[in-house]
Amino acid sequence: MRIGAPRAAGADPRLVAVTPDAARRLAGLGHDVVVEPGVGDGARLPAHEYVAAGARVADRADVWGADVVVTLDPPGPAELDLLRPGATLVAQLAPATRPELLAALAARGVTALALDAVPRISRAQSLDVLSALSNVAGYRAVVEAAEEFGGMFTGQVTAAGSTPPARVFVIGAGVAGLAAVGTAVSLGAEVHAFDVRPEAAEQIESLGARVVRAADAVQQVSADGYASAQSADQEAAALRAYAEQTAQADVVITTALVRGTAPVTITRTMLDAMRPGSVVVDLAAPGGGNCEATVPGQRVVTDRGVVVLGYTDLAARLPQHSSRLLGTVVVNLLTLLTPAEDGRLALDLDDPVVRGMTVAHAGEVTWPPPPVPVSAAPPPAAPERVATPAADPGAERRRRGMRRTVLGALGVVAGGLLVAASPPDAVGHLTVFALAVVVGFYVISNVTHALHTPLMAQTNAISGIIMVGALLQIGDSSPVVTAIAVVAAALAGVNVFGGFLVTRRMLGMFRRGAS
Amino acid sequence: MTVTSVAQAAYLVAALLFVLSLAGLSAQESARRGTVLGMLGMGLAVVATIALALDRSERPWPVTAGLILLVLVVGATVGSWRARRVEMTQMPELIALLHSFVGLAAVLVGYGAYLAAPAGGGDTVQRVEVFLGVLIGAVTFTGSVVAFGKLSGRLPSAPLTLPGRHLLNLLALVACAALLAWFLAGGGVVPLLLMTLVAFALGWHLVAAIGGGDMPVVVSMLNSYSGWAAAAAGFTLGNDLLIVTGALVGASGAILSYLMCRAMNRSFWSVVLGGFGTGSAAGPGPDGGATGAGQPGEVRETSPDEVAALLTAARSVVVVPGYGMAVAKAQHPVADLAERLQALGVTVRFGVHPVAGRLPGHMNVLLAEARVPYDVVLGMEEVNPDLPGTDVVLVIGANDTVNPAAQDDPASPIAGMPVIEAWKARDVVVFKRSLATGYAGVQNPLFFRENTRMLFGDAREQVDKIVQAL
Repeated sequence: MRIGAPRAAGADPRLVAVTPDAARRLAGLGHDVVVEPGVGDGARLPAHEYVAAGARVADRADVWGADVVVTLDPPGPAELDLLRPGATLVAQLAPATRPELLAALAARGVTALALDAVPRISRAQSLDVLSALSNVAGYRAVVEAAEEFGGMFTGQVTAAGSTPPARVFVIGAGVAGLAAVGTAVSLGAEVHAFDVRPEAAEQIESLGARVVRAADAVQQVSADGYASAQSADQEAAALRAYAEQTAQADVVITTALVRGTAPVTITRTMLDAMRPGSVVVDLAAPGGGNCEATVPGQRVVTDRGVVVLGYTDLAARLPQHSSRLLGTVVVNLLTLLTPAEDGRLALDLDDPVVRGMTVAHAGEVTWPPPPVPVSAAPPPAAPERVATPAADPGAERRRRGMRRTVLGALGVVAGGLLVAASPPDAVGHLTVFALAVVVGFYVISNVTHALHTPLMAQTNAISGIIMVGALLQIGDSSPVVTAIAVVAAALAGVNVFGGFLVTRRMLGMFRRGAS
Repeated sequence: MTVTSVAQAAYLVAALLFVLSLAGLSAQESARRGTVLGMLGMGLAVVATIALALDRSERPWPVTAGLILLVLVVGATVGSWRARRVEMTQMPELIALLHSFVGLAAVLVGYGAYLAAPAGGGDTVQRVEVFLGVLIGAVTFTGSVVAFGKLSGRLPSAPLTLPGRHLLNLLALVACAALLAWFLAGGGVVPLLLMTLVAFALGWHLVAAIGGGDMPVVVSMLNSYSGWAAAAAGFTLGNDLLIVTGALVGASGAILSYLMCRAMNRSFWSVVLGGFGTGSAAGPGPDGGATGAGQPGEVRETSPDEVAALLTAARSVVVVPGYGMAVAKAQHPVADLAERLQALGVTVRFGVHPVAGRLPGHMNVLLAEARVPYDVVLGMEEVNPDLPGTDVVLVIGANDTVNPAAQDDPASPIAGMPVIEAWKARDVVVFKRSLATGYAGVQNPLFFRENTRMLFGDAREQVDKIVQAL
């Protein structure tokens, strides 16, 4: 199949879907790659690298006329006309918001795969453009904030006085939010983060940030890993938490996107309560913005000196790595579509991943796909604690403790009587025995679990000490006793030698890591 | 200063060396020193005993010396041959077999002592000692033989449940008590022989009634018995070294059994009395409880390539090995896989359940054999808190030890048993030969969870394929 990689036509030419590396790997799948001149310019990827990777440079009509067209932006009317009927288009199509584009694609008989409609199941993670780019955007958001913020993120103590660490508040701990948390933490800031999904708290903490708790605002565990819209109560509680946190923060990074739309998290009142010079980075700007002052794509300074960044191109501001990730995603997708690696496309619509991405096929719009069971979150069914029939565990335990005490006392009395009845010689032995048991218990209690097998082999070898008894009997005048003793000593001897050697062999294998 | 007093001094030193030796085994760093101390102690005890035996010899000493030499040569040859040849996966069998030797030796020493004693086996105390020594030794012997048979697959591992088995055991004990009375009353060697037969049968039946899954407990219990047998022989012979050493070993085995039982949330008696894992009438809900609600759901199968991709994309991976890894001898490919993943920057750790395998600490030994550093091999308590933040858990041949039913299903036979919470990780890959149940005979809902993928087939081959795909 011929794969065409056109030069990005939309607002942002910096992101490249097919990098030279991706082109090489696509060629490895048996495809022919044709690229438009200047395809990699945005990410500073020169044309000769594409040629070296086995791609051919061709003009725009040729590229758009390929069997498979891979690009990022949805095609405009001009491009739509260049597409061949029966061709496959891989692009970011925003199927939820652009039904007319899907209809136009279907009408032309184009099979369209939306890179932004990958179902959220584990197997599809390597195809998920959104999370790959969100990760980059989260990182870049912190970098942008650091540039706007007139201070250092990490606290400093110098001879000329000390500065406190910057306080960063991150709203929404999705992929972008967590990337922002991690980046801000590694720059030394004091990071607080909030998410309505309770399962996010652990992830926030794992990155070294503090979780803002607002019990009333927390939702149920989500079934599919995405946050859902809040109830009025939850929203009010969340807004209270935001107001409290933003007032203290130097940098606020807000990433709340609820199924494609951006709820308001930062009101004008909250902005006015922030210190002048603080920075708000609105990662939800493409969806309209979480902050009331956000202008998508713009830097805005409020009357009170708070900077609000509404950049929509954060991932594109790091074109090299973003393009590399995109290229890998494209390669992964085409690997999935070319299972035989023979350059022939096989669209398996029974595969939930492929089905989920296919938004137009064989003249029909195939969006939305049938629901797929997803695995981004643990199943919400909380294990039910079934009360045991035993009414009161406390009483049960007391009763058992009582019984144990009585039994113990009886044992002591019986043992005492036994000892009293024994001849003095045996009492000495019993004393030794009892003390040895106690010593044994204390010594063995300290053995680590990992060494239990060597311990057993070792105690086994030591219990071969019974050989001592047998050896002493060998010299007996009775030949029967001698014979028995020889057999016994030989058996015990096997134990002694076998046990010790095997213990040594096992212990010789345990080693510490390279550190 | 006689030979006897020197030997006594040597015994004292040997006993101390044994204590130090076991203390040394408490940590990896000092474990090797512990073995050396144990060997020193044993060497010292044997040398002192030989001197004593020659001194006390009732026939010309060169004969005795020759016999002793013969015994040592035989013991050393057979012992070191077995120790060299044994595979780490067969360690449980070897240890069970060695226990049976101690048991048999204790029986023989008891008989020797009885025959050597003047006038029908000495006074009452001595006779009681002989009797108990032989009893414990005999139970240890046949019990260990059965355990060996079950572990090596020569005997069926399913528990033998005779009707009224508790009654049978009790009857055997009562019979032994009666025989003891007869023996003390001057019955001669006959009651001793009869008792030995009864004790053999008792030992056989005790272990035959315990399922293969409970073998870690049984092996450590037999370890304990072999210690008590040695201690009983010590009483018979009036030898403090035997008493001390036997008590140490007995206590050690008892502690290990206790730890194992706690790891399975079972009372010691329920294991010892056996009959577990058969869906017997005593079990809660023989069918309903054990298999859950019929067909619990759909299984998602995966391929080595997919697992490789999953692992490459992961940041942290936990491997949970079980007996299946030992059976497939997959520890080397698994170690190789771990090493490669680490080279790719993936954090790889191992989570070992206390009763994984057929011997306490079995998995640790296998992993050590495959040169997995012991500091990445964690216990259940250490690894459980990390699992929610783990990307991928590879369950290799483990089943009951990762069964969520232990926590979720109060009707399950393994309810309340602490388990490794593998299902809390983002993705779980289970390596298994088939969908069969584990030793506890309980269906595992983990296999049907959303985030679980099954990789059927021989664990070793599958892991090899993943390594190749990496």
